[in-house]
Amino acid sequence: MDVLEQGIGRIFTDPDPDKAREFFRQKSRKMENKLTTVTDAVQKFIHDGDYLAIGGFGANRIPTAVCHELVRQGIKKLAFCGHTSTHDFQILSSGKCFDRCDIAYIIGLEARGLSKVARNYMESGDVEVSEWTNYSLSARLKAAVMGVSFVPIRNIMGTDTFKYSGAKMIECPFTGKKFVAMPALYPDVSVIHVHEADVYGNCRIRGITISDLDLARASKRLIITAERLVKTEFFRNEPTYTSIPFYLVDAVCEVPYGSYPGNMYGEYYSDEGHLREWLKAEQDPDEFKKFLEKNIFNCKDHFDYIQMNGGLEKMRQLRQKELMVLNNKA
Amino acid sequence: MADYNAMELMICIAARELEDGATVGVGTGAPCAAAMLSQKTCSPNLLIMFEAGGVAPLLPEMPISVGDSRTTWKAVMASGMCEIMETACRGMLDYTFLGGAQIDMYGNLNSTRVGDNHQKPKVRLPGSGGANDFASFAWRMMVMTPQDTKRFVERCSFVTTPGWIKGGDSRAKCGLPLEAGPYKIITNMAVMDFEPESKRMRIISINHGYSEKDIQDNCGFELLKAPKIVETPPPTAEELRILREEVDPLKLIIGR
Repeated sequence: MDVLEQGIGRIFTDPDPDKAREFFRQKSRKMENKLTTVTDAVQKFIHDGDYLAIGGFGANRIPTAVCHELVRQGIKKLAFCGHTSTHDFQILSSGKCFDRCDIAYIIGLEARGLSKVARNYMESGDVEVSEWTNYSLSARLKAAVMGVSFVPIRNIMGTDTFKYSGAKMIECPFTGKKFVAMPALYPDVSVIHVHEADVYGNCRIRGITISDLDLARASKRLIITAERLVKTEFFRNEPTYTSIPFYLVDAVCEVPYGSYPGNMYGEYYSDEGHLREWLKAEQDPDEFKKFLEKNIFNCKDHFDYIQMNGGLEKMRQLRQKELMVLNNKA
Repeated sequence: MADYNAMELMICIAARELEDGATVGVGTGAPCAAAMLSQKTCSPNLLIMFEAGGVAPLLPEMPISVGDSRTTWKAVMASGMCEIMETACRGMLDYTFLGGAQIDMYGNLNSTRVGDNHQKPKVRLPGSGGANDFASFAWRMMVMTPQDTKRFVERCSFVTTPGWIKGGDSRAKCGLPLEAGPYKIITNMAVMDFEPESKRMRIISINHGYSEKDIQDNCGFELLKAPKIVETPPPTAEELRILREEVDPLKLIIGR
């Protein structure tokens, strides 16, 4: 098939489906206990240089505990999948954990404003970038899930986004129309926060799933953080609602309030006050250093972090805020 | 005449563009406010979609993220990004509202960078997000933005999101879906559409208190003029009441 045009962006992962199949051939299918701690899961499954993707949507259903742990452990030189990323990107930028980035959405926190630290880092020249869009990265994951090296879609043509991407334009063998071949994206490792998981890694997500169902299936290694640990009967009794089956998962960490300060559907609303503190602290480098000491380096885990920011009383308030939205306003 | 600010004006104009029964893909902020106002005034059956997966919510209040739990309040489905974008790909998304740091005469948008060095940009912006996707697939893309010569530029530093590309039939030749593209640009001063042949931006109506000269003076390229330019109907008292009391009582958007 002829390539009509192609972008100049680098593809940070290998789209070859046979190499991926070789990897997945070796991946364990054993239904065994994968329960571990965030610290151990990061040590064991996320290494300097890996390609990392984070589930959720920026400050909604994100695995905050793992993002903090990456900064705490000083993980470096990751390639990062900047797909719908906001607060997660802000955290990883604060630790300069990555030096390559596939960009769909970065540095902003949507209506809340832009992260100064993330922006400075992306303007430093220290991060190699390729441009994509949210759907482009979803499609790249979908190609990986399908076990093919690309899928054709119809966006980004005619724009600089295409020019700075790693995509290629091809002609449809049936209609002669132009399509963009989006190369399969197999992340080395991904982390997804879910509502419920059992020790084997069966998971249920409630609310929107963004691209997480595909992300879970495209990733070579997968770490789950879960609001709640449940018995396997929870899934066996109602298998219709299983979002992620155990054989995709490498580690399960129980992290109640794990998306804090982000929103968790049906559980707690985002802590807008604390997210504003992040944005404010970033304005002054000394202030921000102290802020990181307090909130990340001096905390041994996510409980410490929550304790530092209002503890269970805060979580009770955020839960009320979330439930007021979901239940009280008719 | 009712008193209103520029943001309220743009939201009210935008809300009227969304007809009952249409679908609209929105982000947070002014676009969401316009969709909510439309739902509470002219278009009770407006079907709102959020790129993260929310389908047809009855928004109780302004979401702060296109993925937060409010985007699925009384929704018919909590889905994912492919579901929404593929619905748009198949031709079932009628409208979307987008924005950017820069817009050119063909409605191309920049939300990626200012300056020329891509690996070390002078100013890095968030990137496309879902903007390029919605602009590629939605039948009619609209922009709501204050108007000045910094935003309305001869040439975008970076074209993140497609408008009519280089005008004429260049968009279709690029391979993007036929017939879809920029529809209206709503500013504090005027409403613009695109001349059908050249696909260049043109003034079709002028907001109360502004002149053609004001509009041209605050635009970095030459604007065309429609054969008949009218005055934009100002917001009604009822539109403003609903916008202020029901859509955005905390003035998160209209207070900007």
